[in-house]
Amino acid sequence: MDMVNIKINGMALSVPQGSTILEAARYAGIEIPTLCYLKKINAIGACRICVVEVKGARSLVAACVYPVNEGMEIFTNTPAVRKSRKTTLELILSNHDRKCLSCVRSGSCELQKLCNEYGIDESKYAGVMTPSEIDDSAAHLVRDNKKCILCRRCVAACREQYVGVIGANARGFDTNIGCAFEKKLADVPCISCGQCIVACPTGALTEKDQTDAVFEAIADPGKHVVVHTAPSIRVTLGECFGMPIGTNVEGKMAAALRRLGFDKVFDTDFGADLTIMEEATEFLNRVKNGGKLPMITSCSPGWIKFAETYYPEFIPNLSTCKSPQQMEGAAIKTWYAEKNGINPEDIVVVSVMPCTAKKFEVGRDDQNAAGVPDVDIALTTRELARMIERAGINFNMLPDEQFDSILGESTGAAVIFGSSGGVMEAALRTAADVLSGEDLANIDYHEVRGMADVKEATYRMGGMDVKVAVCSGLSNVAKLLDAIKAGEKSYHFIEIMCCPGGCINGGGQPIQPASVRNFVDVKGLRSKAIYEADANKPVRKSHQNAAIKLAYDEYFGAPGSHKAHEILHTSYVKREKY
Amino acid sequence: MDSPVIKSFTELQAIKAQEYVHVAMREGAEEAAKYANMTYRKNVLICGGTGCTSSNSEVLISTMKDELKKRGLENEINVVRTGCFGLCALGPIMIVYPEGCFYSRVKVEDIPTIVEEHLLKGNVVKELLYDETVDGDNIKSLNETAFYAKQKRVALRNCGVINPENIKEYIAVDGYKALNKVLTEMTSQDVIETVKASGLRGRGGGGFPTGLKWQFAAANKADQKYVCCNADEGDPGAFMDRSVLEGDPHVVLEAMAIAGYAIGATQGYIYVRAEYPIAVKRLQIAIKQAREYGMLGKNIFGTDFSFDVELRLGAGAFVCGEETALMTSIEGKRGEPRPRPPFPAVKGLFGKPTILNNVESYANIPRIILNGAEWFASMGTEKAKGTKVFALGGKIKHTGLVEIPMGTTLREVVEEIGGGIPNGKKFKAAQTGGPSGGCIPAKYFDIPLDYDNLISIGSMVGSGGLIIMDEDSCMVDIAKFFLEFTVDESCGKCTPCRIGTRRLLEILEKITSGNGTLEDIDKMEELCYYIKANSLCGLGQTAPNPILSTLRYFRDEYIAHVVDKTCPAGVCKKLLNYSIDADKCKGCTACARKCPVGAISGAVKTAHTIDTTKCIKCGACMETCKFGAISKK
Repeated sequence: MDMVNIKINGMALSVPQGSTILEAARYAGIEIPTLCYLKKINAIGACRICVVEVKGARSLVAACVYPVNEGMEIFTNTPAVRKSRKTTLELILSNHDRKCLSCVRSGSCELQKLCNEYGIDESKYAGVMTPSEIDDSAAHLVRDNKKCILCRRCVAACREQYVGVIGANARGFDTNIGCAFEKKLADVPCISCGQCIVACPTGALTEKDQTDAVFEAIADPGKHVVVHTAPSIRVTLGECFGMPIGTNVEGKMAAALRRLGFDKVFDTDFGADLTIMEEATEFLNRVKNGGKLPMITSCSPGWIKFAETYYPEFIPNLSTCKSPQQMEGAAIKTWYAEKNGINPEDIVVVSVMPCTAKKFEVGRDDQNAAGVPDVDIALTTRELARMIERAGINFNMLPDEQFDSILGESTGAAVIFGSSGGVMEAALRTAADVLSGEDLANIDYHEVRGMADVKEATYRMGGMDVKVAVCSGLSNVAKLLDAIKAGEKSYHFIEIMCCPGGCINGGGQPIQPASVRNFVDVKGLRSKAIYEADANKPVRKSHQNAAIKLAYDEYFGAPGSHKAHEILHTSYVKREKY
Repeated sequence: MDSPVIKSFTELQAIKAQEYVHVAMREGAEEAAKYANMTYRKNVLICGGTGCTSSNSEVLISTMKDELKKRGLENEINVVRTGCFGLCALGPIMIVYPEGCFYSRVKVEDIPTIVEEHLLKGNVVKELLYDETVDGDNIKSLNETAFYAKQKRVALRNCGVINPENIKEYIAVDGYKALNKVLTEMTSQDVIETVKASGLRGRGGGGFPTGLKWQFAAANKADQKYVCCNADEGDPGAFMDRSVLEGDPHVVLEAMAIAGYAIGATQGYIYVRAEYPIAVKRLQIAIKQAREYGMLGKNIFGTDFSFDVELRLGAGAFVCGEETALMTSIEGKRGEPRPRPPFPAVKGLFGKPTILNNVESYANIPRIILNGAEWFASMGTEKAKGTKVFALGGKIKHTGLVEIPMGTTLREVVEEIGGGIPNGKKFKAAQTGGPSGGCIPAKYFDIPLDYDNLISIGSMVGSGGLIIMDEDSCMVDIAKFFLEFTVDESCGKCTPCRIGTRRLLEILEKITSGNGTLEDIDKMEELCYYIKANSLCGLGQTAPNPILSTLRYFRDEYIAHVVDKTCPAGVCKKLLNYSIDADKCKGCTACARKCPVGAISGAVKTAHTIDTTKCIKCGACMETCKFGAISKK
């Protein structure tokens, strides 16, 4: 790598050519504040908080986008720099709804943190505010532009998801982020992935909070309230309580849920194992009976809505399996309800998901096996953390507890659903056993793991070469689907996850500030914890889950049976863009 | 039909020879004489620029043609719709050659007289001529008037001379000759060296050396490069680019092709604002004709150089005059600037090496190629060569476009070319460079106008807006006017410009409404320097200039607004009070009847009074009073 010699604050150092001043300063252990910059997603030099002095430059320069060159002398901590940053913050605050006390992002707000550091005068530039209205039209999020600082990180995140339904409207002081023609978010082809929310540095974008409804249900003696948590929540929830990224808190989480008062604490992982049974069967049937291939997974509701809206020609390729969230809910309201003699109408199923699209999914058609919605409320990881805090539970001091039986029992194959490649690997573990009729010992499919945009592999199974692909992040997905349409690529089976890296990086996960995202491999650390959890599981194949066997023996019959289809499968619709 | 494609210099010269016969008489009496019996008896040139068109010159043209036909003169008199002559205040304008008679403010009803008397009988209709061209029996030509005598028309040389919708007339005045020379006699590097040696600097505002810009783009290897023309002309009051496009569109196409050859580009884009419908139409016609004649397209003049140009219409955002925003807009995105580096010469339009020059810069190129770098460099000052077009406006007798050698003093422009300030008022300041520029106070009246001089006194040449202000102008109000413009035109991308300029405006509003304090002035000044140093693009970086330059030279006016709560120039309404001088008032009741809010009372034939709590300061009473009894202060 070519290096260039520079000086930062008088300190000589050699940094890779092409580095920005921001990156170079990081090598020197110097922090430069940022607001609009988000690595690989948004580099627009707009907020001006990262300005530094460069010897010989006409004005201050934005460190996030300014490349270093040989001999450059940079000053990051001069009176002029500090004063400029302070004024920038004071101006932003002059057009910002300063209701920090009640803001859901208080404490995790990037603007709040900087204002604190720079000792700003919050009313120095008091003046008129840009008029705006709250948009809470969509199922999954609320936009309050009074808190928007126009960093455009949400716009870039949305474009990065190949959706691009938000952008700047009007101009100058009236500039505001919204949809084309000032439409409401519910009226545009948003896929509800929530990547905009996790990109937002302030409280302008938040998930639609449903914690009160859950507390209310728990307090209702007439309701049997059951919770289940998605595979990835166990490796991310700890971040909300100050634990290092990639800490597995499954035991404390189960304990916390029980203390919150849920009647049953189940694991969506059971639903994931059930999904594998159905999906592997569906796949084998499609191969055997000349069904539509490639078959594409259907666990990710953001992806499903994307396919229905942007690539409806692939609807026949989608697995008809409900997602694990919905399978778990359907199993609770049918098999579990019958087994325990509870009227499904009295059951409230709460799911804790890494995902805001799950809030949309619970309201979809054909997701009500018992005549009532399979899942009633889908919370995000962040909402669960808020509930735990509000209930006065000291999370870090909790003992480790277990999920409740039977719908809390799961395998390693289920837990890896949380990372890109996990569904594929879990399905392969089962399909390989089924096709070979053996209990194969080698069950690690390393080719489909990791954070690459697209992962491809060919496996020899039951006398055929099975070509698979794993893809996450919808920009990558769009490219892959285009290549398939153009006949440049062909596969038998594809796993697609809406969010880059899969559910561990979902739009409902704990928000890591840009200062962390820009320099730490958040996805990698969370994913590592997922595969460690898998490795530590005594059973790592879905079809070997005893509870799953029981479910089929007692209730569903065989995978792919008529009853299984009625309860565990769904249908899709073509959606218009505008 | 024979293909009109011109494949060689000989073919180009053949068209020139054929067409020059008709154009010659516009070049002076000597030229007229040479071709006297080979062409029309007279040429009647009527301005078809935006200004004259909006004062009905199209109707003049059709009426003129009808009147000629009635008298069977249509084959003797050549009626030509040209671009702008520059003296827009006198429009609609008509010039008759070979005499060069200058008819101003021509009305439709004047046409039969002009046709009958002048065109048929040969008697110039003196009373319809521009008064400054009539000196007893002596009739001066256009170029002898004060307005034109000091001008040196290079960029505007064909405006008001040729028919912009006829490529042959352009060829007649040596059009496309420079392109031929470049393609057949010069290397790309020769072209760049010539432009560098000419000393031409960007006429759009920045003043960056044009040749150097071309050199940078030429040095970058790429599969595709682009040549762009900035015809977004957003400064309020500046319209020289529009004039060139309306009056001489081919010069831009020719220059862009030359630039394409110099840097190795085959595609050009002209970004022109949609509010310039006449310019757009003429460009469309010019591009079509240039393609027909092979001046755009494949293998120009039979060489292996190919170049084409497309138009892109802008929606009129001021920020789209900023180079990166302009390119972003051409790419079909929201017109917002992007950070530099990378500079456009490295990564510009569609991520490819790109040069962007403005219309006026391009208009100089063919002449530089034909007449040589030394010729161009002989005009102007040491660091600013050639001429600059200024849009002269405000409190001045002759408003319009003036093209002067760089280094002409402000005094010459105001007193000689501009004809001085009307109504015996005194010169107070000149505002240059539009919303990005600043004010030149009276003490610099003799400053030679060029890039560096103006920068040194806190103003700038900019795109050439030149607004003259007299003693009735309030400098705080002027600053507010320009800031209102930038606040409106800020794209909203970066914090300092989006919020900072709005806060500046709020402070100015506070000051002009009498609620300001001395601390507000300090706070405003501090914020100005912050916005300059921190904004993403040139719009924000220069937005505070109107405030800073008025603070620099007219701080006492700001202080009068905040300390004495008065507006010395009597402009800021909220600081004004109208009062009636009881000694002068005759009690005629005219003012009381005129007052729209009933603020004036008094019995007939007794002195009236104004209730200042009701008064809305509209000034109607003062205009009505015949006795000068009402004053404001």
